[in-house]
Amino acid sequence: MSQTPENFSANLAWRHRMGWLFAATCRLATWASVVFLVVILLVIVSRAWPRLTPEFLTHFDSYKPESAGMLAGILGSFWLILFTGAICVPIGVGAAIYLEEYARSNWLTRFIQLNISNLAGVPSIVFGILGFTAFVRMFGVPRTAIVLALGFADVRIPLPFGRSVIAGSLTLALLCLPVVIIASQEALRSVPASLRHAALALGATKWQTISRQVLPAAMPGILTGVILALSRALGETAPLAVLGAAYFITFAPGRINSASDLAQHPDRLLQVPFDQFTAMPLQIYNWVNEQSRDFQQQVSAAGIVVLLVVLVLMNGSAILIRQHFQRKIRW
Amino acid sequence: MTAGSPPPTTPANAQVKVPRGSSLKRRFTWNGAYEKCIRIVLLGCALVSVITTASIVFVLLYESVLWFPGHTPFFGKVSLVEFLTATQWTPQFDGNQHFGILPLICGTLLTTVTAGAIGLPMGLASAIYLSEYASPQARSILKPSLELLAGIPTVVYGYIGLFFLTPLLIKPVLTGVFGLSVDGFNALSGGIVVGLMIMPMVASLSEDVLRAVPSSLREAGYALGATKYDVSAKIIVPSALSGIIAAFLLALSRAIGETMAVAIACGNRPQLTLNPLRQIQTMTSFIVNMMKGDTPVGSIEYQSLYAVALVLFLITLTMNYVSQWILRRYREAYQ
Amino acid sequence: MTTLAVPMSSARPANPSHIGPPAPTLGAAANAAPDGKRKIKIQTTDMGFFYGTHQALQKITLDIPERSVTALIGPSGCGKSTYLRSLNRMNDIIEGTRVIGKVLLDGEDIYARDVDVVELRKRVGMVFQKSTPFPKSIFDNIAFGPRIAGVRSMATLAPLVEQCLKQAALWNEVKDRLKDSALALSGGQQQRLCIARALATNPDVLLMDEPASALDPGSTARIEDLIDDLRKNYTIVIVTHNMQQAARVSELTAFFCMGRLVEVGRTKQLFTNPKEKETEDYITGRFG
Repeated sequence: MSQTPENFSANLAWRHRMGWLFAATCRLATWASVVFLVVILLVIVSRAWPRLTPEFLTHFDSYKPESAGMLAGILGSFWLILFTGAICVPIGVGAAIYLEEYARSNWLTRFIQLNISNLAGVPSIVFGILGFTAFVRMFGVPRTAIVLALGFADVRIPLPFGRSVIAGSLTLALLCLPVVIIASQEALRSVPASLRHAALALGATKWQTISRQVLPAAMPGILTGVILALSRALGETAPLAVLGAAYFITFAPGRINSASDLAQHPDRLLQVPFDQFTAMPLQIYNWVNEQSRDFQQQVSAAGIVVLLVVLVLMNGSAILIRQHFQRKIRW
Repeated sequence: MTAGSPPPTTPANAQVKVPRGSSLKRRFTWNGAYEKCIRIVLLGCALVSVITTASIVFVLLYESVLWFPGHTPFFGKVSLVEFLTATQWTPQFDGNQHFGILPLICGTLLTTVTAGAIGLPMGLASAIYLSEYASPQARSILKPSLELLAGIPTVVYGYIGLFFLTPLLIKPVLTGVFGLSVDGFNALSGGIVVGLMIMPMVASLSEDVLRAVPSSLREAGYALGATKYDVSAKIIVPSALSGIIAAFLLALSRAIGETMAVAIACGNRPQLTLNPLRQIQTMTSFIVNMMKGDTPVGSIEYQSLYAVALVLFLITLTMNYVSQWILRRYREAYQ
Repeated sequence: MTTLAVPMSSARPANPSHIGPPAPTLGAAANAAPDGKRKIKIQTTDMGFFYGTHQALQKITLDIPERSVTALIGPSGCGKSTYLRSLNRMNDIIEGTRVIGKVLLDGEDIYARDVDVVELRKRVGMVFQKSTPFPKSIFDNIAFGPRIAGVRSMATLAPLVEQCLKQAALWNEVKDRLKDSALALSGGQQQRLCIARALATNPDVLLMDEPASALDPGSTARIEDLIDDLRKNYTIVIVTHNMQQAARVSELTAFFCMGRLVEVGRTKQLFTNPKEKETEDYITGRFG
């Protein structure tokens, strides 16, 4: 096995050929994913094309493919994500603040941290089962309702929550929680320690330091993480399907089907969280499962296009926020 | 002002002063009480995640294992041995119910193995390309594309599997060319789309891991006359191996827990088969299909949902935990 | 090299006499210094400091007189910054630190159990090595301290901000752009802004941790002029690497080495005629 110059250079040529092959394989694999992305988008858009009309956005679902629309899903998803954010963001950011700013490194902190990263890996369908048991059925409490008389309007809160927007939002909020916490922690960690020290040295209390200096500085990162988490929640189907959310429904939560409904009955807003709902991905799933080919291939593709457009808008706004603040703040 | 504070020597000094206490002693202030409340509220927020995990465990155990007077859990009605070894899963057949989870496990295994066979090598190759080869321009196209791919909802992947891959690729090739019989719903199409779905995750996790390898190792390799291929494949990847394995585990656990894509593309017939061209049912698609119908609460088929979910939860939790343990050791090794 | 010129302002009164060798028996009575000399603002007695099990400071006994400038010098890692940061308990932020001995501010033990750290830090301001402007307007930077202390009305804040900026000799440069971001200021201006911001909380003591080490000579000179102005009203403790700077601005100099206080004395005497061999080695450049 002596290494003569000849076989060394032959070896080198072989190695160069292997290297070229290796690089080409890696490149191919990577670009293949982009090609796949483009192909699926083209397939979906071309199939959806005949159904992509304004009526598709403004009509409720129908048994006839030509008049089926996504309004219930769009409004349902809107309310669902609104309440999800309202529940998940304060808790998630609060937890991140506790872990980054207050917690000492002891067993409790390590346990919470480990728990969060494990929770992030729990399948979404398991969250659905939790939501069904804890919010839809509320562990089987007898069916009642609390009526809150607010003077100008009554709010009827059903117990258990049943298949309502609030049950869905609570479930999705728990699902998003680990993502929001982890993103917020990273954002807080990226705020330089000198900012905290400067505020503390001026006699600021811990919370004053956090609320007036650290949080504003971390806000772009937190917002980006929140939007990404909520856009993931927007596309989630499995937990909502497990909750038993409606597939076919011809009204929006709170019966607020249009702007004029809202103008005439603003009190219906209070009933929104406790009403039945469907969501965009659920409608798509329903259409895919329909018998008719038109529903299966075209209407569901149109639904997918609408969902993807909303997702792209959300992600785009996250990118804009990040860029806007990056220009403004430099350390 | 304290007694010892300086006399106003300059006019400016005499104007305005911030009020302050006469001593350093802590006094009761509303502000101080507020600070304490904030701390407790924040701790509460942090504990929500712990409570969530605890509730998941409780909910799953309650219907499947926990025994109370007047409440018989799933494993009180079906023995654990039968659950783990019987080969039929027919919870909906009245009078002929069988609860052997093997067909569901087998379905999950089929889709996961297919997904892994597609997603893991492609993801790793992308990670190597992105961290070692790609130009900044290529990266600026590839990274957002991968993020977009990772952000596509899973129903969309199901749609692609059912209405694109199966009729337009799998059937023409396997039936048309090789003459194999392919079901309209099949494990292969679901596995492929799940593979493409986990691929961006593998790529981004592995890229982080590869970038964590100190550049001194690269330089040492080049200094010994190694080619770029030698350095990437024989130095970087082996030194990052444990991190890559952790990324693979995370991605596979995601594939196991994936629901919609397989529920749409792979069908709903639990059968014990290793043929990826057959219709199958995974654990997740069983749960989603069972919950769609109005299963009577407390019935054995209702409880079987929780038993299956418990198995799913334990498998994914174990994989995540192992993966995080490996990743932590990996990071410690390179810091 | 041994004979550094020490330009002390000639109009200064004589410095306190009982500095240097410890006077540990002094209690709260030390507030009113004997023989009518300037009273002691900060009194440190047998103070030790631990990072976990590592002892970073041992048996520090040092009296800092009020309305004067005290310089802390010494090689890197000698503990001078640790000592400075223990005077407003900034070290509390680091987990696992511990202080023994006594540190008295106006006769009050700042490490006593019932001390409100927030109140302490309002009285003992601090300026850091790297300027740390908040990513806000110049006005909001100065107003931060008063606002958190409960001053809300613009009628109070506006003159307060003006007064602090004037004291920090920054008013003329920024009076037309108080609403601009503080991050747009130059390095030297940022550092003076931080000094002005510290003054706004109405402190008695100003701690400066190498305030000019990142600045060009011109900005450094302005900071030194500013320190010279501020000594009339404030007790200033400054850590510096630059011995000429210590000689220029301070009346007292304390030399730290390996976590011990080796020598403290009037600046002129310490630089021209040090008592300890270690001090002499350091200031003549044979050490560190």
